[in-house]
Amino acid sequence: MSAARDGRALRGAVLAVLGIGVIGPIIAGLALTARAAFGLLPAIGSTEAGLAPWAQLLALPGIATSVKVTLFTGLGSTALSLTLALAIAAGLRDRLARGGAARLLTPLLAVPHAALAIGLAFVLAPSGWIARVLAPLLGLVRPPDIALVGDPWGVALLLGLTIKETPFLLLMILSALTQIPLRQQLAAGQSLGYGRAAVWLKIIVPQLWPLIRLPVMVVLAYGLSTVDMGLILGPSTPPVLAVALTRLFFSPDTAALLPASAGALAQVALVLAAFGLVLATERAIRGLGLAWIRRGGRGRGIALAARIVAAGGRALLALGLLAMLALVVWSLAWRWPWPAALPQSWSLKAWTGAGPGLGRALAASLWLAVATTSLSLALAIAWLEGEDRARLGRAGWAQGLIYLPLLVPQIAFLYGLNVLFLRLGLSGGYAAVIWAQSLFVFPYVMIALSDPWRALDPRLSRAAASLGAGPWRRLFTVKLPVLLMPILTAAAIGVAVSVAQYLPTLFIGAGRIATLTTEAVTLSSASDRRVTGVYASLQAGLPLAGYGAALMIPALVHRNRRGLKGARS
Amino acid sequence: MSLVLDTVALSLGGHALFAPLSLTIAPGEIATVMGPSGVGKSTLLDAIAGHLAPAFTMSGRVTLDGRELRALPAEARRIGLVFQDPVLFPHLSVGDNLAFGLSRRVTGRAARRAAVDAALEQAGLAGFYHRDPASLSGGQRSRAALMRSLLADPSALLLDEPFSKLDTGLRDEIRAFTFAHLRERAIPALMVTHDPADAAAAGGAAISLEVPGRG
Repeated sequence: MSAARDGRALRGAVLAVLGIGVIGPIIAGLALTARAAFGLLPAIGSTEAGLAPWAQLLALPGIATSVKVTLFTGLGSTALSLTLALAIAAGLRDRLARGGAARLLTPLLAVPHAALAIGLAFVLAPSGWIARVLAPLLGLVRPPDIALVGDPWGVALLLGLTIKETPFLLLMILSALTQIPLRQQLAAGQSLGYGRAAVWLKIIVPQLWPLIRLPVMVVLAYGLSTVDMGLILGPSTPPVLAVALTRLFFSPDTAALLPASAGALAQVALVLAAFGLVLATERAIRGLGLAWIRRGGRGRGIALAARIVAAGGRALLALGLLAMLALVVWSLAWRWPWPAALPQSWSLKAWTGAGPGLGRALAASLWLAVATTSLSLALAIAWLEGEDRARLGRAGWAQGLIYLPLLVPQIAFLYGLNVLFLRLGLSGGYAAVIWAQSLFVFPYVMIALSDPWRALDPRLSRAAASLGAGPWRRLFTVKLPVLLMPILTAAAIGVAVSVAQYLPTLFIGAGRIATLTTEAVTLSSASDRRVTGVYASLQAGLPLAGYGAALMIPALVHRNRRGLKGARS
Repeated sequence: MSLVLDTVALSLGGHALFAPLSLTIAPGEIATVMGPSGVGKSTLLDAIAGHLAPAFTMSGRVTLDGRELRALPAEARRIGLVFQDPVLFPHLSVGDNLAFGLSRRVTGRAARRAAVDAALEQAGLAGFYHRDPASLSGGQRSRAALMRSLLADPSALLLDEPFSKLDTGLRDEIRAFTFAHLRERAIPALMVTHDPADAAAAGGAAISLEVPGRG
């Protein structure tokens, strides 16, 4: 059938673009980093293979502590986010509550990691909001002299990661729940005398897990290798591994590139070991859980525990929203002495006085976001349409391919990728940064668009075909307009991911491209919170505006089309 | 102008769904296919319309006005589809749904608009051009969907339990409306139904599909 051949051709073309554009660069980047890890980096005159870079890496002061803190924050934040997200999801009574929760999560999903971290530092720091509110109660006259941000164990970093990842996992859980007959199973379990929380743990979670395993691994890989959050909230001497490596990569001494590359490989090993731990835990829990289920305890006691955990999760999310508010308040503050809870005088001076640098950073962020999102959206639509035309489902390997860029630590291949781009003469330009950012924007756009695309009523397309509409007319006049809302939602997610990118912009832009994110991270270590607040507010505001547009445009375009309201999935 | 099925058989994984079927449907005739659930009635319509899922294999010939259909994509077969639900496009107004269906052979903005308005009037929907399809009643939607199919100037029409979701009073009205238009335009039609009253009203050939090797 010609449509199927047409579809396979389209799908083949998309796979070729993906192979050359996404998988190829990652593999090449990893390979070049690995060569440097074993001493082969001709660019700095190192041509002798050996283990010297590894010896240098191990000799770095504090490297063992770096690894320990990395494991504590990465594993801890992932376990905590998953627990909190499951407890919150279990506490949402019906579809309406779940829809409302998904909308409430939007700001926390949209806010870039760096902006959230900066806001959280404003709230948690000894001179921050919490200490200011507590000061009169505790009789403090000066900011307390304890390291509340950048503490040696990375508790602040763990908290920040948890606040950022809980909403993501919660959203993934809510979307996976649509594939499980939740209401009937809860009713069936409760009719057998099980408490609600017990049904969740014994019946729902085991079915949910295979559907959220990949997103959990994405969270784990990110938590173990974050640089921007680690810089802002993590300890500084010694920092988490990825931050230590970034410092080495950007050290003025080019010889440091060799141990840095060895560390990048160690980072991959760390992430792989953590994945192994997840799978081993899964196996262990499957065995123990089955025994637990067979014992038949009705588990009425865990209801209270579940409620307490969910309340803790909600408190943490509220802390996240407070952090975002802190960004705006600081950007508008003028005089704000300690321990006043609110500024004594307000001013727009930090905004108006930020100079042309702010406008340039905003323009760079905006332009990169539009370019990467358009590119990713076009590729995702071509992929999905190819699947439709070839009447093929998604193979497991294809799903893995989509997730791959999110599972490999960025620092492991970005340096190698930059070496490659230097050879191609691309490094430091917008084209290279657009390319590098798209590696991470495309997967999220694809993940966001896949479910709504497949949920589209296939009879619409058939009805159009029976009226004589060919495949392209069906795509452009029926499918895309009906899918306008999920397409724009996917675009908003793409914009948020692009704006948040720190490391790809830094490495591939060769420090020449300043975005809101790179500027905000740099400023976060400076003293003036007002200026930092301006950059971070704008950094958070750009994706939020994107989400707002994704809600407003379909509501306007389809204002007289009741059949499309609530069609968002 | 007739739809001819010549020893058409469908199989899934080597198992035939029903005994080979041969049938000639004359212009304006409405043939009915009945049979137990799961025997492959809807799959037969999918095969004729060009939407057969890749897991199925089809043998035999389907010709329409002497054209062999198997090699043609769905959009080139000139076969209209009427579903259990009206399946109006939710993003287009009622009139634009009809305009989407209207054959390309009607050219010129004014002529096309006039054709759509005339069809709306025939469907008792005069003045409904700009209405949201979601705001129509069930009967109005069914009539609009049929009009959309007819405007495409199909050479044959397939109906998949077209009246089963309508309540009794409405069912007779829509059935009479649909059949009258098919006969007036001399379009051969094949209808899948569970309702003997549909078959009686259609008055054409009535086929009962059976699972091979059983009864």
